[in-house]
Amino acid sequence: MSLVSRHLEAQGITTIVVGSARDIVEECGVARMLFVDFPLGNPCGKPSDRDMQRSIVSLALDVAATAIAPRTTVQAPVRWGSDDWRTAFMQVDDSNIGALRAAARYMCGALVEVNGGKPVA
Amino acid sequence: MASRADRQISHRNFVSYIDKSREYYSASGFEQPYRWAAFNEVPFSPQTKPLAESNVAVVTTTFLHHHDSAHGAPSTNKQVYAHPVTDVPDTMFTNDLSWDKQATHTDDSESFLPLQALQQLADNGTIGSLNHRFFGVPTEYSQRKTGLDADQIGEWCAEDGVDIALLVPL
Repeated sequence: MSLVSRHLEAQGITTIVVGSARDIVEECGVARMLFVDFPLGNPCGKPSDRDMQRSIVSLALDVAATAIAPRTTVQAPVRWGSDDWRTAFMQVDDSNIGALRAAARYMCGALVEVNGGKPVA
Repeated sequence: MASRADRQISHRNFVSYIDKSREYYSASGFEQPYRWAAFNEVPFSPQTKPLAESNVAVVTTTFLHHHDSAHGAPSTNKQVYAHPVTDVPDTMFTNDLSWDKQATHTDDSESFLPLQALQQLADNGTIGSLNHRFFGVPTEYSQRKTGLDADQIGEWCAEDGVDIALLVPL
């Protein structure tokens, strides 16, 4: 999506990325980002919280209208509540590493199959 | 605006998904880390029109219908699309995307595709209009393919006279 933002900006269209994966967006480099520090899935506000969703969208538009330089990141003033997701997402530990490796081997085998028997890079 | 207690941050450092994905796939046995897109120069188009006169479009990574996906990877048969904002299904297809399925859900599409919120802002005059259609782009590993999709969205935005694009990756 960051690449789409860059393309549209080059075309003369103002863009803002509203997202929760701040490092990925900033690594690519976009004109403007509204960072929402939530678990991935609800960058425009908690499900069913219409007031929060409206305030996040309003803030995104304000940033779009007022930013004066590229790589402008603003953090939305919202909190998810629990912070357990920060470590739980994509966590690797002794309890799941065996399953992860088995899944990866299965995935590679399946890819070889669909690749006409040739190994995948 | 949220009350002070609601907006005070709990963590000074945000989650690094570059680090998380590298560690996750390395532990799984993949030796080559994914190479994330990175650029020195960043195109910038300042907004010259008042918000109250601007036509705003949304770009999403979610899709209207189910697409088969294999082995937990994003579906590979998805195509960039445009769709009327007046004809949005109750739920969008998000299952193949890498959002946090333990911590939350995507049953409320307004939490990532804020068309109702933008329509209200159009109705009360904050923005000029919500563009009559929104756009969807597949999550691709190929930067070349994403570039082609971006070309298409750029053409649609030009056709529609879009002033501001709100891009919401899931």
